[in-house]
Amino acid sequence: MAKTVDQYFDNLRGTRVWRSIFRSGTGSSTLKRALVIQQNVFLHLFSTKVRTRMMSFSATWYLGTLTLGTFLILVATGIPLMFYYHPSAPQAYADTKDLQFVVSSGLFLRNLHRWSAHAMVFLVFAHMFKVFYRGAYRPPREFNWVIGVILLLMTLLLSYTGYLLPWDQLAYWAITVGSNIASAVPLMGEKIHFLLLGGNAVNANALLRFYVLHCMILPLAAMFFVAIHFWRIRKDGGLYSHASEPATVRGRTDTGAPLAKEGQ
Amino acid sequence: MAEETQKKDDVNRRQFFVKLGLGSLSIAAAGTAAFAYQYLEPNVLFEPSPVVNAGKPDRYPLGSVTIDVNSGIYIIHSDEGYFSLSAVCTHLGCMTAWKPELNMIACPCHGSKFEENGKKIEGPAPKPLPWKRIWLNDDGDLLVDRSTDVPPLAQDSFVRV
Repeated sequence: MAKTVDQYFDNLRGTRVWRSIFRSGTGSSTLKRALVIQQNVFLHLFSTKVRTRMMSFSATWYLGTLTLGTFLILVATGIPLMFYYHPSAPQAYADTKDLQFVVSSGLFLRNLHRWSAHAMVFLVFAHMFKVFYRGAYRPPREFNWVIGVILLLMTLLLSYTGYLLPWDQLAYWAITVGSNIASAVPLMGEKIHFLLLGGNAVNANALLRFYVLHCMILPLAAMFFVAIHFWRIRKDGGLYSHASEPATVRGRTDTGAPLAKEGQ
Repeated sequence: MAEETQKKDDVNRRQFFVKLGLGSLSIAAAGTAAFAYQYLEPNVLFEPSPVVNAGKPDRYPLGSVTIDVNSGIYIIHSDEGYFSLSAVCTHLGCMTAWKPELNMIACPCHGSKFEENGKKIEGPAPKPLPWKRIWLNDDGDLLVDRSTDVPPLAQDSFVRV
């Protein structure tokens, strides 16, 4: 008797090797489902249970998830771009041109990287507006708002450092103007400007510094804060926190305790 | 009594080692921070020399304003003599341009405007364009030191040939 695909998969999930990797095992009980989330290093950042109401489009417009999506696209397209790019002057400009006109699919990858970067900046702002107007920054989630502001800063710095890498006129003058804004910091301004560029003007040192910031330091820092950001959602009561609603919305329960039958 | 003193000594010893440990870590952290700062600050820069050779004075006719975009300076031949202005906008560092039809220097980035002697006509630039030291070398070439500002319109700020 022929087995169905599902049966093969069930057999696979019962094997010793599979069970040594995914300990929760098979079964559709609430406990088993919760364990699948809880025992996975990536999924354990998320809540084991989510209210279906919060999965609806209107609740979040999926803006945070979409931001993560653009970030993943940027990592996936950015790494292949690094294979053809030398962060040296004036080679960087020629490499950018090669990526556009010579390398197979180079134009596609570069444009995808560029448009995703623009989309990510837009989505981060949209996400923050949505959180703001929903009042989702209120206690107990006020610290996650702070993490969010740090992530906004990371996004803008990633955008800014990436802007120099094509090493064209647009990049050169944008970074000249941007780094001169840093000089306006009282007392330390000139020092910050010098350390940021690795010199007094935008030149090869600045290009290399921005490259290292763009490809190593800032993405790693962003991933670190993204992990905290997601983990805090679970720790602060999930996507929906009754306690953070204003008193008028909370209605009769002024204790801050969630209404038992609401929102299931 | 003796037991109590002993107990107190124990805590003090522990506190001592905690302080010693934290103190050592703080010193090591401060050292690392100083090391990192020094490492990130380049000791040798491969930047162009601040002194620029602008060539023979007769390249610049009387009443002309000439920009050298590579070095970011103007050479201006006025009635009083030759003088040099920085072409770098004092707002955010863009390269300004001489507009003969308007008889003024203008910045393409944010619209600052300057007179041909560097005086500010319109912001957002906070300061006038600085004058740079200019002199003739033994070969009769005009040299400009971009790192040295000189007072505008002062007698010594001009070169007369």
